[in-house]
Amino acid sequence: MARSSALRPSAPRSFDRANVVGSLAKHALLIFGAAVAAFPFYWMITTSFKEFGEAAKSPPLLWPTSWHPENWVEAWQYPHTLWANAFANTIFIATLTTVGELTTSVLAGYAFARMRFRGRSILFALLLATLFIPTEATIIPNFVLMSRRYLGWYDTYTAQIVPFLVSVFSIFLLRQFFLAVPQELHDAARIDGAGHLRFLWSVGLPLVRPALVTVSLLTFLNSWNAFLWPLIITSRPEIRPIQVMLVQFTTEGGSRYHLLMAGAAFVILPTLVIYLIAQRYFIEGVARTGIRG
Amino acid sequence: MIPTNIRVATRRRRIFLEHLEAYLFLAPALILIGLFHVLPGISAFVMSLTRWGVIYERWAWLENYAAILDPSGARFGEFVNALGVTLWYVLLTVPVEMVIALIVAFALYQGTRWRGAYRVVYFMPYITSVVAAATIFEWMFDANFGFLNYVLGLVGIGSQAWLREPRGIFQMIGSAFGAGVPDSLAGPSLSLVAVSIFTIWHFIGFQTVIFLAGLTNISRELYEAARIDGAGERQILRRITLPLLSPTLFFVGIIATVGAMRSFSQIYVLTNGGPLDTTRTVPLLIFHTFFERTAVNGIGLGAAMSFIFVLIIIAITLFQFRVLGRRVFYG
Repeated sequence: MARSSALRPSAPRSFDRANVVGSLAKHALLIFGAAVAAFPFYWMITTSFKEFGEAAKSPPLLWPTSWHPENWVEAWQYPHTLWANAFANTIFIATLTTVGELTTSVLAGYAFARMRFRGRSILFALLLATLFIPTEATIIPNFVLMSRRYLGWYDTYTAQIVPFLVSVFSIFLLRQFFLAVPQELHDAARIDGAGHLRFLWSVGLPLVRPALVTVSLLTFLNSWNAFLWPLIITSRPEIRPIQVMLVQFTTEGGSRYHLLMAGAAFVILPTLVIYLIAQRYFIEGVARTGIRG
Repeated sequence: MIPTNIRVATRRRRIFLEHLEAYLFLAPALILIGLFHVLPGISAFVMSLTRWGVIYERWAWLENYAAILDPSGARFGEFVNALGVTLWYVLLTVPVEMVIALIVAFALYQGTRWRGAYRVVYFMPYITSVVAAATIFEWMFDANFGFLNYVLGLVGIGSQAWLREPRGIFQMIGSAFGAGVPDSLAGPSLSLVAVSIFTIWHFIGFQTVIFLAGLTNISRELYEAARIDGAGERQILRRITLPLLSPTLFFVGIIATVGAMRSFSQIYVLTNGGPLDTTRTVPLLIFHTFFERTAVNGIGLGAAMSFIFVLIIIAITLFQFRVLGRRVFYG
């Protein structure tokens, strides 16, 4: 393109009429989109507080005429549901999974970034290659592996935790962060007589804190939302997590939607609160790694 | 002066200890990946060559594959149907998701106020559990009291059965205008469209965030230079933004396609493959084969189906790499 026009000042844009219209259209679009994204949550909450008759009213009421918090109690105490139990299970499973996955990923990510050993690049390439082994292919053999004949973990907490104590994505993310730690720090620590473990604990970890937060949050969220695996690997209601409990509840609740929405709210609200507090870490973690759940 | 042989020995010892430490750091992760990813990946293929229901029966070589792939085989019909449903599901979700997410990302990128707030709201569906969110949509899709039928009523369209509607959408649109559409061109069922609407809602935020990150990575100087050179907005979009965004578009396209093909939870909760199998994608079929019919030959057949399906996913991904990958501009 000709450089001769380089001196021409760009036309003042702010009072352009087309621009104002464009900006209004843009905001209208963004607000509409945000409304569509948020509406199901709104609908869940309002339905959950409506009276049974009002929830199934046509045309639907956008705002309840009277509020019924007792729906939540009724949903919580619904026959054959063990909500408190399911919550305890999920919190237990998600916490152990997060701590364990963080530990294995920190150690492996650090080793790949900072330690010298034979076969490092080959091992790392092989590790990334395992990302191409899809869950569809492994879920049946894993189910067989859990059976009494092999590991005997069917219908246990162990089966819901141990397979998830590793994540290639987390290893990869932490490795990238450890690579960014200046080598001089490492050398200085070495001269002071600190080994890898010592250096990792007192220098490395504080420096990669954002990555640790991101990995923990995403792991916890994934574990909280896990459904297919616990569905097939457990049968006792006492050890099942909330997602499976919710499906069981919706099957038994039939079309009593005011109760079902209260049940959905039980499952969604805790993660929504965590998300709203720590949204930066969620969004940036996903933007950085492209993890798709 | 230390003799050479001792020096070499201490050096060897040091290298050995260094390696030992590194492998100990790696051991937990590598053992777990080997046990729960690599080993099952390999044994999936072995299992697909067996007759295996509740218990292992016998070696079956390619019997399972024949049952699925041979047009006269017992499982051919349902597998081809599931494959067709899966491809429709990809076509109904991925392009729509990408176009909407791209428009939203552009709008957010152009320095609007409250960008952060919008981003938080758009991303919200993505972090919610698929199972719980699908429960909300099941309610909104309800044939009698659902919110969506109410909205349709506002614009003068009659109530739909949504998740319980097995008729193809082309056929339904055709009959609305009095035109008969043959069954072969009936198109995806309305229930599959409903599942797709949920999927689009759930994943828009994810793609928006990735696109926004891609747009932010494009240097502002390029835009300034183009404007100074007198380029119009459309030219800038075509010559600068889209080429520089193409690696991101490509990445999102690939993972969205693979993600859609592998979807399970939302379909399981919303329709469980029904009505009349019109939403039974391959993952659902594998689940049904494996889990509900374990008594017959569930493990053998299921493993064979997953193996074929994995090959199909790889083929589609490679196809995308060859056809679309060429248009990607890596600065």
